[in-house]
Amino acid sequence: MATALAATNHVAMNDFKGKVDPDWCPGCGDFGVLSAVQKALVDLQIPNHNVVTISGIGCSSNFPGFINTYGMHTLHGRALAVATGVKLANHDLTVLVTGGDGDGFGIGGNHFVHSMRRNVDLLYIVMDNQIYGLTTGQTSPTSRVGMKTKSMPFGNIESPVNPISLALAAGATFVARGFSAEQKHLTELIKQGIRHKGFSFLDVFSPCVTYNHDNTYQWFRPRVKKLEDDRAYDPADWMAAMGKSLLWDEEIPIGKFFERTDVPTLHGAEPVLNAGPLAHADLRIPVDVTRTFVEELM
Amino acid sequence: MKQTFAVGIGGAAGQGVATPGDIFAKIFSRRGLHLNAYNAYQSIIRGGHTFLTIRTGPEKVTNMGDRVDLLIPLNQDAMDRHLGLLTDGAACIYNSETIKPGVEVEGVQLCPLPVAKLADITRNKVAQNTLAVGAALSMMGIGFQALEEVLGEQFKKKGDAVVSENVDIARAGYDYATANFKPFAWPLPMTGNRYAVLSGNVAMAMGGAAAGVKFYCAYPMSPSTGVLHWMAAHARKAGIMVRQVEDEIGVVNMAIGAAHAGVRSMCATSGGGFALMTEGLGLSAMMETPVVVIDCQRAGPSTGVPTKTEQGDLWQMLGAAFGDYPRALAAPLDIGDCFKIIPEVFNIVDRFQCPGIVLCDLLLSEGRLSVDPKDLDFGPVVDRGELITAASSEPNGDGVYKRYKITESGISPRAIPGVEGYTHTAASDEHDEDGVLISDEFTNPTKRRAMMEKRMRKVAGIEAVVPPPVLWGPRDADVTLIGWGSTMGVIEEACEILIEQGISANQLQIRWLVPLHGEAILDILKEARHTIIVENNYSGQFARYLRSETSFVPDGHIRKYDGEPFMPHHIVEAVKEQMSGKTKLSVPAHEILV
Repeated sequence: MATALAATNHVAMNDFKGKVDPDWCPGCGDFGVLSAVQKALVDLQIPNHNVVTISGIGCSSNFPGFINTYGMHTLHGRALAVATGVKLANHDLTVLVTGGDGDGFGIGGNHFVHSMRRNVDLLYIVMDNQIYGLTTGQTSPTSRVGMKTKSMPFGNIESPVNPISLALAAGATFVARGFSAEQKHLTELIKQGIRHKGFSFLDVFSPCVTYNHDNTYQWFRPRVKKLEDDRAYDPADWMAAMGKSLLWDEEIPIGKFFERTDVPTLHGAEPVLNAGPLAHADLRIPVDVTRTFVEELM
Repeated sequence: MKQTFAVGIGGAAGQGVATPGDIFAKIFSRRGLHLNAYNAYQSIIRGGHTFLTIRTGPEKVTNMGDRVDLLIPLNQDAMDRHLGLLTDGAACIYNSETIKPGVEVEGVQLCPLPVAKLADITRNKVAQNTLAVGAALSMMGIGFQALEEVLGEQFKKKGDAVVSENVDIARAGYDYATANFKPFAWPLPMTGNRYAVLSGNVAMAMGGAAAGVKFYCAYPMSPSTGVLHWMAAHARKAGIMVRQVEDEIGVVNMAIGAAHAGVRSMCATSGGGFALMTEGLGLSAMMETPVVVIDCQRAGPSTGVPTKTEQGDLWQMLGAAFGDYPRALAAPLDIGDCFKIIPEVFNIVDRFQCPGIVLCDLLLSEGRLSVDPKDLDFGPVVDRGELITAASSEPNGDGVYKRYKITESGISPRAIPGVEGYTHTAASDEHDEDGVLISDEFTNPTKRRAMMEKRMRKVAGIEAVVPPPVLWGPRDADVTLIGWGSTMGVIEEACEILIEQGISANQLQIRWLVPLHGEAILDILKEARHTIIVENNYSGQFARYLRSETSFVPDGHIRKYDGEPFMPHHIVEAVKEQMSGKTKLSVPAHEILV
């Protein structure tokens, strides 16, 4: 998503320190995502009052409380709908949406698909741990087949959703995947996602050290391969991105899968916003206009 | 009795019932006559049976009335359904080549039109409709010029040839009727007034525009879709962002997001969509972000009867979302009120930072009424409450901005995102004054109680700014009829008829459901001799609500849940039945099969 750079005030890491410290379990992947987001905002010099961080419900959705920006901690699965309203009412704001795989791909699946096809200008970070954590360990939409959880004690028999393929198919204009343990790489992806004009989807492997004993840091480390290391890979090639999105097990790509910049953003496509953000618009409609509304009825 | 004249046009969907209806509405309102129109239809795009009633007169016409003076059946089915219900002095204009009258009714003038002889029906498929409109106007004593003018506007886009073809057909009908049919005993008068004719949905949409709504979103659902249509068509002129969303869950959350960012934000739906919005209403209350939701009731439960009216959503509105929270709930009394009520509700929700619900129904949403253009005020009072939209010289006041600061009124100043020095998190979880969650790591009963009481203190504040209801009609009446929302007009007319028949009647009509002002209602009702609650639902939802709030039990009930609105005689006959002691619960039958 796009943003205006602050020219004057120097934005520092401390500006983004939350009122309280995160209450995530020690070792949770979400810590890495939080520090990468704070670092990216400092690197981009975006003042905290111009940022709105919006989440749903779940461990990772507690995120807005741990960063000092304007924050909205909304309902389970509804963060993208709320965020769309915020962006359309004030498109000068930098909108970040944070949440988990259950929140985004399960209960919020409908909004996920439609927000992408609308190309709402925001960055959506999913802290994907392939498990429901706050409800103490049930199968999530990204849990692998065979994984044993409290809700599927004999092993998951349902195929997981592929968030990257789904995002590509739904028309997201920026699609990337990060790994919480790869801080520098993740920070770079967040910065690119914020700068991108349109819907930026960033799926982040963020291991749950308490409930997911299958997809651990140790499991991911030897498997993740950065797309940026492959000089031949072209993120403008949608078919190539789709192909890469299908890789799993032996080699799991992380990095920017896809970006296109030729699709108008939702707020950019609507002339009503040409005069500036609605949050600052005059409430009164000119009398010569309202007169025509009544004349139509006579 | 007020002098009125009603035209009923019946036919299949797709046969062109709407166009003659629009033409009559324009001609009546331009003569300075009031009108009220109600269209009974089904959830079908082609076929079925549609019956449009337009009732007009020099004084305000508040409901569809009891009688049809002129029937225009466009097919045999419409003739068969309605001819037998006509009474003395009425007339029926029909295409004598395709429709047979069946039984003749005494005192009813049959007006057969030899359509193929009067117009070239191979060229013009709706010639019978245009001929009938022409014939009707002649019988009503209206000069042809008025029709010529409206037809010119109606077909302007299709070119001069189409205009003159339709004018010629209409004139043939007009002249034929002048030569062959007896005019109505009461020629329609003319006054110097001019009225706007609009539906409740258009009125609520325009009321939103007048209130300064800058964000509107919806998912299409009958009978609320008309609000979306007006908003979408006028969005760019009015500077309103209008979006169609994937579902009503998305709708309410998107509206809340926009409201949180600082704009006045509104959405509309019907009962099913509202059910999906309930969790969102709780979010609005907990984050203290004001939003206005319109619910246009239709006959439920479930998908129910999508094209029929009911007042069956009251308890859904009262119980929407879990937990206790302040809300405003208002039911517009007529289509003019649909316009006025929106800015009023916005001022309350902005001031008290809570959700507001406008409880409309199909009868008002899709009905049409003549309104004095002066009553469509696009400059109403706007009170946005304690809203911080710009950084002050002392950004944090006493040091730290507390979004949910505990105050005597329960209202805490609300900063919108983008303002320097006021960053905070608004949460659906219970939170402290500064927005920090008290739901997860360390829950705190003292803080939780303080926050509940802070929010709930707003209930008393809302009650203080909403006026209590008042009794209309003679003070010392034989019977007091109690209604809410859209039944205002029909109950009012029923009272007039009862008074003419020697039973003095008065009316208590409830507009504000939350706050209800139970004490004021009790003060009025304890003086009443015989009380009857009139409502368009099965279980007496308002009666049960009134009882739960005040312990008041009325003497009787009149309920209707067949999908059609009350007609005045339904209420009059039920009142007489109850006054004679026959029953305490009357369920009038709807005689017209639509």
